Amino acid sequence: MSPNRILWLVVKLIAALWMAAAGYAIFFVAPDESTMHAIQRIFYIHVSSAWTAGVAFFLVAVGGVLYLIKRDPRYDWAGLSAAETGFVFTTVVLVTGPIWAKPIWGIWWTWDPRLTSTFVLWLMYAAYLLLGTLVDDKQRRSVLRSVYGIFAFINVPLVFMTIRWWRGQHPSPVIAGAQPGSGLDPTMKAVLFLTWGATLCLFAVLMRSRYRLEVIRGETEELRQLAEDSAVAPASNRPFVSAVTPTGFAGRG
Amino acid sequence: MASNSQSASDARVPSASSTSFTSSSPGSLPLLTGLWAVFAKEVRTELRTRELLVTTAVFALTIVFMFSFSFDPTSEESRRIGPGLLWIAFLFAGTLMLEPAFLREQSNDTLAALRLAPIAPTAILLGKMLANFLFLSITEALLVPVFAVFYNVSVASVLPGIILVCLLGTLGIVIPGTIFSAVTAHARMRELLLPLLLLPIFTPILIAATEATAALLSDPPEWPAMALRLLAGADIIFLTAAVFLFDSLLEE
Repeated sequence: MSPNRILWLVVKLIAALWMAAAGYAIFFVAPDESTMHAIQRIFYIHVSSAWTAGVAFFLVAVGGVLYLIKRDPRYDWAGLSAAETGFVFTTVVLVTGPIWAKPIWGIWWTWDPRLTSTFVLWLMYAAYLLLGTLVDDKQRRSVLRSVYGIFAFINVPLVFMTIRWWRGQHPSPVIAGAQPGSGLDPTMKAVLFLTWGATLCLFAVLMRSRYRLEVIRGETEELRQLAEDSAVAPASNRPFVSAVTPTGFAGRG
Repeated sequence: MASNSQSASDARVPSASSTSFTSSSPGSLPLLTGLWAVFAKEVRTELRTRELLVTTAVFALTIVFMFSFSFDPTSEESRRIGPGLLWIAFLFAGTLMLEPAFLREQSNDTLAALRLAPIAPTAILLGKMLANFLFLSITEALLVPVFAVFYNVSVASVLPGIILVCLLGTLGIVIPGTIFSAVTAHARMRELLLPLLLLPIFTPILIAATEATAALLSDPPEWPAMALRLLAGADIIFLTAAVFLFDSLLEE
């Protein structure tokens, strides 16, 4: 086994142990919330998934910027991996939210700005993932994805502003921008950060395996291209292939 | 890993050559001259057929008409639902209209000629944006009075405010719209992909523009300072990103 593989095996092991610890802390260490009781405990998963998704989408934007500067497909692959993993965590946020909301608010969903904007985030990254499947040209696909990843990320702060300006039903922030008088119990805060650490660890493991898949895909695509090129020698004798190959953006690609 | 770095260097070679080609060399025109040339070309092309403007206007009108069946169009209800309806119509019309912005360069490969011209890529982008802005603004100018008549709301007294909201909102539609119409021109199912990409991006614009219009149409009218600020902020953020990103979109 290569040192790299051993390292990742250790990371995986840490992730598993950390998640087990977080699970224990959520149910046995965190104090009972005075009005919401047990259902409040979903908060730790909900919030830490949301934060992790935020980190993931930040990495998508960083990957996009780096790809546009360096033109190395590996940055695009990293961005794609982060987007897909972040998309999963956003799904977790959108599923755990209504589970909490039904007993507390009495409804599964409300069109509150923050819920709406999380849903918009989910839609944007769904579009991001779809977009890669609809563009055939390798390089163009990477550029398009990078640009969209950056644009989608720009929308994130606007999402955050909406809760402050058109305030809805969503619970007020308890960590950043909390009002005096409200706030989080120190033990609860500790459990929240412990869970977030576990979620981040899981995210790293998922993103890494997704990235490796993309590397293998990239290599396969290249090898297939190579095989195709060597099987049919002169390109001019391939009217069909040249007909389906998209002409360059400016006709000289 | 060797094959990865291989493809990376492959990718870099053509882009490097084209950057040196399109970046402003000593002989290139100033940004404003180039921008104006592209804008004038767009307007001239459109005025020859007027097909884009006419189609979009009729489409937007159809949406506004169809919406009348989804609720009781009394004055009270219209004031409540109308602003959102109006902006949804603008968004749909905008997405439809932005589709051909780069697509019509494809049939004769005229974008190559544009790129060969001694103008900066930014000038191409801004010229196209300005043209799209003009076209969508014309559609809105036609649609707002029709909306006011059909849905019984009075816009005359708050017209300056409505115009300001429309201008800022239209900018917010046109800036990301022009960018993504450039990139999706080569995608499969681009007619579906472009709205899919754009509509979620427009969310802040839709919220703020709807809030602003609703405040202006409420009785008595309120000045939507916060919503206008958000619109202006979003416009500036989008434009900055667009200008930074467009160079990499045009090079191949």
